[in-house]
Amino acid sequence: MTTTTATPKLPAGRTVTLGASRVAYEVKTYFRQGDSVFFTFLFPLIFLTIFSVAFSAASFGTNASGDKVTAAEFYLPAMLAAGVLLSGLQNMSIDIANERSDGTLKRLGGSPLPVLSYFIGKIGQVVVTGLLQSGLLLLVAAVAFRVELPTDPAKWLTFAWVFLLGVSTCAVLGIALSALPRTGKSATAVIIPITLILQFISGVYLSFSQLPEWLQNFASIFPLKWLAQGMRSVFLPDSFKTLEMGGTWNLSGVAIVTAIWLVVGLVACRLTFRWIRKDS
Amino acid sequence: MTTPEPHVRVRDLRKTYGNFVALDGVSFDIERGETFALLGPNGAGKSTTIEILEGYRDRSSGEASVLGVDPQHGGLDWKARLGIVLQSSGESGNVTVREQLAHFAGFYPHPRDVDEVIAAVGLTDKAKSRIKSLSGGQRRRVDVALGVVGRPELLFLDEPTTGFDPEARREFWELIRSLKREGTTILLTTHYLDEAAQLGDRAGVIAGGTLIDIGTIDEIGGADSRIPLVRWRDENGQHEERTTEPASLVARLFAATGGEPAGLEVRRPSLEDVYLALVAAHGTNDKTMDQLEHSL
Repeated sequence: MTTTTATPKLPAGRTVTLGASRVAYEVKTYFRQGDSVFFTFLFPLIFLTIFSVAFSAASFGTNASGDKVTAAEFYLPAMLAAGVLLSGLQNMSIDIANERSDGTLKRLGGSPLPVLSYFIGKIGQVVVTGLLQSGLLLLVAAVAFRVELPTDPAKWLTFAWVFLLGVSTCAVLGIALSALPRTGKSATAVIIPITLILQFISGVYLSFSQLPEWLQNFASIFPLKWLAQGMRSVFLPDSFKTLEMGGTWNLSGVAIVTAIWLVVGLVACRLTFRWIRKDS
Repeated sequence: MTTPEPHVRVRDLRKTYGNFVALDGVSFDIERGETFALLGPNGAGKSTTIEILEGYRDRSSGEASVLGVDPQHGGLDWKARLGIVLQSSGESGNVTVREQLAHFAGFYPHPRDVDEVIAAVGLTDKAKSRIKSLSGGQRRRVDVALGVVGRPELLFLDEPTTGFDPEARREFWELIRSLKREGTTILLTTHYLDEAAQLGDRAGVIAGGTLIDIGTIDEIGGADSRIPLVRWRDENGQHEERTTEPASLVARLFAATGGEPAGLEVRRPSLEDVYLALVAAHGTNDKTMDQLEHSL
């Protein structure tokens, strides 16, 4: 019993190539799941449509040239932020909890797939679906509801970083939160209240400026409020910043709070993610 | 000494859940290229043992070495050399058989040809079907295909043919024999004793968390348990006698009755008979153990 089998090292860099292969696999399976596409992918679009139609007569203020801000214009940034939260956090955590329940993770955990490649696949899937979702929202808003989209490249640059930072943060938090539900069946019951409450207190469905100050302060702990604020800074007239806390868009606040949550999420993933629940 | 290290080496393996002892000092080796069948009633500790060796569960005490590595600390390099067919799988299966196998093949440094694997498990006709549309037995074959696509040195098969029809099982045995010929080491748990007899080089019988017997398939239970059994009927009813000389017994019967004895039967106990006798002699309380394992 002297000869030991030397375990050959796997080639370096496979984490990234396998991550890319996971992204393709995840995106493919995402769109083949009819129900998740409907609830998380089209949900913000459906709500934008409902709000735009329901509140078509309501006034949301005026822009610099004195034109009325329509419901579609007002709700577009909110729905973009909600889409990021739903695709990233809600869909991701429920999806992973289900994969833990149905044995997908157990199988992957017994294979030489790096955990990081699995994460890359999940985050990539959220980025791809989030981009398509935002694109669709912007398209419908512009074409069907005649929302005038910004022409200033600086605004689009803001949109790009708020979107990317938001999507990564929500995806990472989604992975971390997936450890919460004990079973796949309980996942929706555990996760949806969290995201629903966040949406209500963060200015997605209700106008943030109308919330009581203590609730505004409470919501400011969480990233969704900041994401929605970042999106408003892109799509609402600049004069609307007076309605924000402190009367400014506070983009550095958006970056800082979201980035802190990104780090918190990463640390939580690193500490809590397990392919399976070991019984000992 | 130049003896190669066994692929699996287990010494005094124990696993406890609170006060409950699921495995109580199990020891065995599996040599390279050997097929070892682990037999035992439900909840006897088969799956606990195999899952400890796969790295899914941590042992409470004892030693375990799989391909020279402690399975509790096996890294990706180690996993790349294993093939695991779990006892159950319930994935949603929104991909086709071929997509799933091609994807998993990509995880391994020297995978087998995907189409050959699909053919080997008899799913060529279903290669383009979504996994969720397959029958239970067909999905099980996908599990087996996923277990072997990475060209493992050591293959774990946890009740691989549950839900197979007899023909599919025979095809599966052929596949396993071809893997054996290529030198794959195999650890198999099964409920089907004929499967163990067909495939296994050696077997271990586990009951109540302990290994109650281990040996080559024709040694299990000891020589005595294989003494042929002669059955016949006469006016006094049913008779049964175990003898090492069944032909002489039959000849005596023939002479005594002056004709064909009614209902004459000469049987050599199968592995199944030997196994059932072994487990019955051990008298485990399987029910409670089964419930406990399921509740965990």
